[in-house]
Amino acid sequence: MQSAPNALYRIKRAFRFLSQVGEFKLLRLSSLWIPVCASLVFPGCAAKERRADLVILNGAEPESLDPAIVTGQPEMRIALALFEGLARFDPRTGQAAPGLAQNWEKSADGRTYTFHLRTNALWSTKDPITAEDVVYSWGRLLKPSTAAGYAGQLYYIKNGEAFNNGKIKDASQLGLRALDARTLLVELNSPTPFFIELCASPALAVVPRQAIEQHGDRWLRSPALPVSGAYQLEAWRIHDKIRLRKNPLYWDGAQTQNEVVDFLPVESANLAMNLYRTHQADIIWDKGLIPTELMDVLSADPDCHVFDYLGTYFFRFNVRRKPLDDVRVRKAFALSVDKNRIVEKITKGGEQAAHHFTPNGVANYKPPQALGFDPNEARRLLAEAGYPGGKGFPSFQYLLNAKKLNEQIAIELQEMWRKELGITIELRQMEWKVYLATQNEMDYDLSASSWIGDYNDPNTFLEIFLGHNGNNRTGWNSERYDQLLRDGNMQVDPRQREKLLQEAETLLVRNEIPIVPLWFYKGITFFNDSQIEGIYFNLVDEHPVNAIRKKK
Amino acid sequence: MEAADFNAQRSKSPNQRAWRRFKRNLPALISLALFLLLLALIFLWPMLSAYKPEELSEAQFQPPSALHWCGTDVHGRDLLARIMSGARVSLLVGAVGAAVSLLIGVMWGAVAGYIGGRLDGVMMRVVDVLYSLPSIVFVIVLITTLEDLVKAALPGGFGADSGLSVRLLLLCVGLGAISWLTMARIVRGQVLTLRARGFVDASRALGAGHARIVWHHILPNVYGIIIVYLTLTVPGIILYESFLSYLGLGIQPPMASWGSLIAEGASQLNPIRIYWWLIVFPGVALVAALLALNFLGDGLRDAFDPRAT
Amino acid sequence: MYFLKRLILMVPLLLLISILAFVLVRVAPGGPFDRERKPASPEIERNLKAKYHLDEPGWKQYLRYLSGLVQGDFGPSLKYRNHSVNDIIRQGLPVSLTLGMLAFCFAQGVGIPLGFYTAARRGQWGDFVGSFVAILFICIPGFVVGPLLIMAFAIHWRLFPAALWETPWHAILPTVALGLYFAGKIARLMREGMLGTMHEGFITTARAKGLSESAILLKHVFRLAILPVVSYSGPLLADLLTGSFVVENIFQIPGIGVFLVNSSLNRDYTMVVGLVLVYAALLLIMNLLVDAGYSLLDPRVQYE
Repeated sequence: MQSAPNALYRIKRAFRFLSQVGEFKLLRLSSLWIPVCASLVFPGCAAKERRADLVILNGAEPESLDPAIVTGQPEMRIALALFEGLARFDPRTGQAAPGLAQNWEKSADGRTYTFHLRTNALWSTKDPITAEDVVYSWGRLLKPSTAAGYAGQLYYIKNGEAFNNGKIKDASQLGLRALDARTLLVELNSPTPFFIELCASPALAVVPRQAIEQHGDRWLRSPALPVSGAYQLEAWRIHDKIRLRKNPLYWDGAQTQNEVVDFLPVESANLAMNLYRTHQADIIWDKGLIPTELMDVLSADPDCHVFDYLGTYFFRFNVRRKPLDDVRVRKAFALSVDKNRIVEKITKGGEQAAHHFTPNGVANYKPPQALGFDPNEARRLLAEAGYPGGKGFPSFQYLLNAKKLNEQIAIELQEMWRKELGITIELRQMEWKVYLATQNEMDYDLSASSWIGDYNDPNTFLEIFLGHNGNNRTGWNSERYDQLLRDGNMQVDPRQREKLLQEAETLLVRNEIPIVPLWFYKGITFFNDSQIEGIYFNLVDEHPVNAIRKKK
Repeated sequence: MEAADFNAQRSKSPNQRAWRRFKRNLPALISLALFLLLLALIFLWPMLSAYKPEELSEAQFQPPSALHWCGTDVHGRDLLARIMSGARVSLLVGAVGAAVSLLIGVMWGAVAGYIGGRLDGVMMRVVDVLYSLPSIVFVIVLITTLEDLVKAALPGGFGADSGLSVRLLLLCVGLGAISWLTMARIVRGQVLTLRARGFVDASRALGAGHARIVWHHILPNVYGIIIVYLTLTVPGIILYESFLSYLGLGIQPPMASWGSLIAEGASQLNPIRIYWWLIVFPGVALVAALLALNFLGDGLRDAFDPRAT
Repeated sequence: MYFLKRLILMVPLLLLISILAFVLVRVAPGGPFDRERKPASPEIERNLKAKYHLDEPGWKQYLRYLSGLVQGDFGPSLKYRNHSVNDIIRQGLPVSLTLGMLAFCFAQGVGIPLGFYTAARRGQWGDFVGSFVAILFICIPGFVVGPLLIMAFAIHWRLFPAALWETPWHAILPTVALGLYFAGKIARLMREGMLGTMHEGFITTARAKGLSESAILLKHVFRLAILPVVSYSGPLLADLLTGSFVVENIFQIPGIGVFLVNSSLNRDYTMVVGLVLVYAALLLIMNLLVDAGYSLLDPRVQYE
């Protein structure tokens, strides 16, 4: 705190000294600062740690590593390295494979599962992982006071939703029972074809009861944290790094390749590239960390790996606002968007133009075709709706959150509608939280949006446009759509289910159009093939850390 | 009486003398000419140029050529046209910020420094409190709470552009509100030392009122620092505007400002490939305007220096 | 006595600042738990708010916060839910203080000589070139300087690391990127201070006494000329010590500058108030020191 007067004193002395010497070389003065600066640097910088065996540039700083709390992909990846569920993702296919459970049986009606836990499933503290631990972890996810964002993933079990909403207070009424230390019985409301996939998701991972009850919200920062996954949490310095160390007691620990793994929370694409190029990092695996403008150059780089992935960029209509309540107007807007120009000129990562909402390749499903690019038909529909050539169309706005890609797409859309329909939209760019609040309050006309699938099934996309779903936010409420989805999910026969869901999606993207899909995301990962092994590409963008190997 | 007469006589001539001195300062004159030329260009450009700043084309990322003198951006828009239209926003924001620092900051600082004592303490603590509050939250609140109010207050026939201009207006208000604080501190510091000087006591002894002393004796002695700090405030505000716009709190796309153009160019700075024109031309525009402003300010400070002979 | 009073006055001031920040951040639309992906049931959001007492009336929330504050507890972060605000400040503040002090020294070390030089060479080529450089520093923002420094010194010549905060070598590029803008500002203020002082009566006297020009400049002019720089230093130092959002982002430095901006954007209520308090305390102390420096440098200035 004494530094300011002290610094001035030094300057004064320096000048006095110089004037006595009689020389007038002021630039020499700068050299006086070197010892001052040096004395400051050393205590400020921590001693250099040894470089980890594997350094991963992971995207945003995790909001939490608690499996019940995490919602973003970067934090989910780390949470899954620490805590495992009954199933885990297969590194090649991204599909659920046995995890802490060795195997399971499904009843004929698809509503009851019996899981058998591994005998060698241990906490890192050497205690066995029991069926009771699973009951506790799932009950904790549903407990109202946990306020878990992904509690909905257990609404499929009996009384899950009622317990989460506080209508049932007694956790023993949940469709969950530990038959013995290693056997778990789960009762579901309906046959849920993707339930095993959910068992591999972080929300359903098994967490240490004792640490949580002892340390409360800060349990992850407690010393000697017991973990059920392949890695232990060695250090977590916010906005700096997360360091994981191999858990030798993990049931599959013999296969874990890297002893120490660092995750750097980097959010800037240029920074990520700089760290990668100077070999301070081995893997970049967040699509936000690749500068899109450089994709034409980067995609030629052998380190660049592009793959399909379950995510859709689209925009919402507010169907409660005039004249967007007229389906012809919405259709006109949809038909006059040249999606190919957007993926060629702006996104550039080899993305595909989206003609339906559910991405291609999703399990158990083939999506229906939506509207293409047909400006003539668009103009005809607009005229039919009473606005020939865009005349008399009221002024309206396109809501977007401030981000370069959103802005670029909005500018392209603005120009397309001006050119094809003669309608000028106003762009309304907003700060992120204001954007969310505005969208929630339905205070918009058109709104840029995106959705990433939580699990490999069409339901994760289609369910958000159910009338009561909090993610709908279009004002569109179709009883027929809700009924089709409900019926579909009650089917035991996958072909029957697919047909019903296809019919529902047709409503969404062809007949009623509360949304217009624009393009499907691509996953992009950077690593050197000759050094890194064990990263495979799959639709859910899951790459378990314990399967990755770095050649020495 | 005599003293007042003497002052009245003197106060007529300084402006003329200042102008005479200013005319002898070559860099300042050149800067003035450049600045006027820039202003003229900004307003005439839409008529001279073949390109509109918001017009998209197929010519994406074209380097400078005879067709596009400063190249094009990701949407194929002419960069020169965007720099010219961006100048309006940036200069407007800069001018408003400077005006607010001048009016509020100088008055606040001068009064606090001159009267001193308890009032000085209170006024400076107010500055400290305002300085401590997070400016981003302040701007968010300002824009979200006032945007609808102002829009509602405007006449109905304002057209589709009203959203844009209201946002711009609020942005100016917000930036101005932040920009005067440091100015107040600096002026107050200077006034504090001047107040103790002999000439202030002398004029007080001669019966001059406080307002007169501040206006005629103290402020002329701090003109220099005011002008210099003003010229330093302008680039800060122009760049802060781009930061707010980047967060979605400032001007709306497809509008441009120098700050946002520079920020866009800076995001292209990477070791793989640089679209250099995207950063160089907006940067040169800003540096050139600021250089002119500084030499102009220098000329003015010399011209109005009460101690100069 | 005056300074003791100022020190005591800081307590009610900080309280006032905390109230204003507390209210301001809650007035802004959107809350800490708003996100793109809404939870499956509105009940979950209600539970979340109840957990952090956000469902209580504002005054009650503030009193709750205050009672924690008295015990030195800034509360839990609403965004980074496994950390408390204390955790984050304890970890980030030392880093920001180090970087800030370095940049401060750099800015003063470059700015003052540059300002002195341009003033001494006034109207000559040295002045023009020096002023040009200073203005260049001011006009080139950190988000341009940072990437340019990295491209030149880290990628091309490989002299310094491109980012991260580990060894003293890692601190050099960020210091320059952060300090350059302020060096330019200080140079301009210093030059102006010199020019303003050179015409003072006592300087003419000194000249009449036959002292050499450089001796006059250094001995007599400098003391007064530095005053504008000194009064600018208070807010400058507070700004630098709490770090810079831009530079911390570019160089991936784990300071608190990033949080100062992001906490507002995240509507992380507790974090905003906690960081504002830390920042305000620094600012008030720096301004107090600056005022003390004033009376040291110019004995004619007195506080009553």
